[in-house]
Amino acid sequence: MADRGATGAYLALLRGQARAQAAYRTSFAIDLVSNVGATAFDVLTVLVLFGVTRQLGGFEIRAAMVVVGLSACAFAAANLAVGNMSQLRTYVRTGLLDAVLVRPVAALPQLVLMDVPLRKASRAVFGVTVLAVALAAAGIDWTPGRILLACLTPVAGAVFFGSIFVATASVAFWWIESGEVGNAFTYGGRDLTSYPITVYSGWFRQVFAYGLGFAFVAYYPGLALLGRPDPLGLPTWVGWVAPAVALPAAAVATVVWRMGIRHYRSTGS
Amino acid sequence: MSSVVASGSLFRDRETGSFVRAFTALTASGFRRYSTYRQATVAGIFTNIVFGFLKCYVLLAVASGAGGLAAGYDRRQLVTFVWVGEGLLAVVLLWGWTELADRIRTGEVAADLLRPVEPVVSYLATDLGRAGYAVLTRLLPPVLVGPLFFDVYVPRRWWTVPLFLVSATLAVVICFGCRYLVNATAYWLLDARGPMVVWTLASGILAGLYFPLRFLPDWVYVTIWLATPLPSLFQAPLDVLLERDSGSIQVGIVALQAVWAVVVLASCRWVQRRAERRLVVQGG
Repeated sequence: MADRGATGAYLALLRGQARAQAAYRTSFAIDLVSNVGATAFDVLTVLVLFGVTRQLGGFEIRAAMVVVGLSACAFAAANLAVGNMSQLRTYVRTGLLDAVLVRPVAALPQLVLMDVPLRKASRAVFGVTVLAVALAAAGIDWTPGRILLACLTPVAGAVFFGSIFVATASVAFWWIESGEVGNAFTYGGRDLTSYPITVYSGWFRQVFAYGLGFAFVAYYPGLALLGRPDPLGLPTWVGWVAPAVALPAAAVATVVWRMGIRHYRSTGS
Repeated sequence: MSSVVASGSLFRDRETGSFVRAFTALTASGFRRYSTYRQATVAGIFTNIVFGFLKCYVLLAVASGAGGLAAGYDRRQLVTFVWVGEGLLAVVLLWGWTELADRIRTGEVAADLLRPVEPVVSYLATDLGRAGYAVLTRLLPPVLVGPLFFDVYVPRRWWTVPLFLVSATLAVVICFGCRYLVNATAYWLLDARGPMVVWTLASGILAGLYFPLRFLPDWVYVTIWLATPLPSLFQAPLDVLLERDSGSIQVGIVALQAVWAVVVLASCRWVQRRAERRLVVQGG
């Protein structure tokens, strides 16, 4: 009964959001179209780079586009679901979070549903399209295992990016003026995973690709799908570890979120 | 109310001395205002530096794949392009300025219209102050960090650095004008979010932020450069600094920026006048 009440409340929040956003119809339509533009330009950038060079980090365009597609799909899905969390610092600063906490439903889903960017749905659809085209063009030797991997990877990647959104947004509980720091890991992570990891080098690759786990979101699954060996020397089964990286990431994000919300003291205004 | 209008007309008629005083005072206040956001500045620097590494590695990989030279840029030029570009981004402030649109929506813009300085002028003065503060806090850190990790291109001609400063200043002015125009759509639409998203996308790709515009086929980038003010916001000062072209073209790029600055600011004044004639302040 309590559960059904909560679900009803979430649905009401979602419906309210949809109605509010549809009220400004022209702006909503422009938003919807231009959100495709955001992902389209990321893909266009990769295509333009391949107009200048035939291979990037040892990969030609068809192989590289599989990595781009996996990354775009995962990021767009996470951004649609929990991208609004990057507004948390505003809610903490203005005290809006107080209003959220006194309501009898959980805080995290409420925040997520407070500004569901329905306009971002177009971005997710576009991401899936890019992945589908890239997979079709790459000439993959399909096996049941690879079909499963192609479906599993974007989901795991979305959980991973979602965790990054929640964890970096939670920084605002301790550091209200944290500003753009989260972008370095969310949008930065998207850019980083869009290219073969061989592009990066030195400590930067160690820390971001392996330390934080971004290499396992798109690059290694991409290699496994293409049936190519890793120039950096890791075995093929590493392509399958994306869920094993995403789940701990989600656990860490949950812990950081819980610690943050416990640490939260109202701005007192 | 009448005294405000009276002093306003007095002010507008006076000689340029008081205009300059007001302008510099507004610029100084813009500088001071943005210098209070210290923690946000630190956060911004961190993000710029992470993106600096990302873009630098990707463009260097492009250069390696293309045999050392990517669309005429060598490795050092690409490194300088990325790191100075990351700093310049916050100075010209392509994105994130919604002050005018917010004030139009809430009706606060009425207070701006009572002031003795035209809104376009007062917002420009404040923005130049903001940009001045950003040069110290946002441009310098990536410019200093980049060379610690990569080999950078150092300009060879004596006039390049002064010309870059002129070019960057013009970029700030043009960018301010474009942002003003985008914000001013709120006079008609009230919710300017749609135009802002279009602006964010168009400016990012056409200013040269996603990739150097010369990566495009020649006829495409020349068309973009001549037909829109966007390359003048970002690509132009960077190409001037990188000495990508001969000295005369370098000067030509800045001259074109000057033309765009005049065109964009004139459009701002025209739009502002039109808007004032039809403005209905929210809530009466």
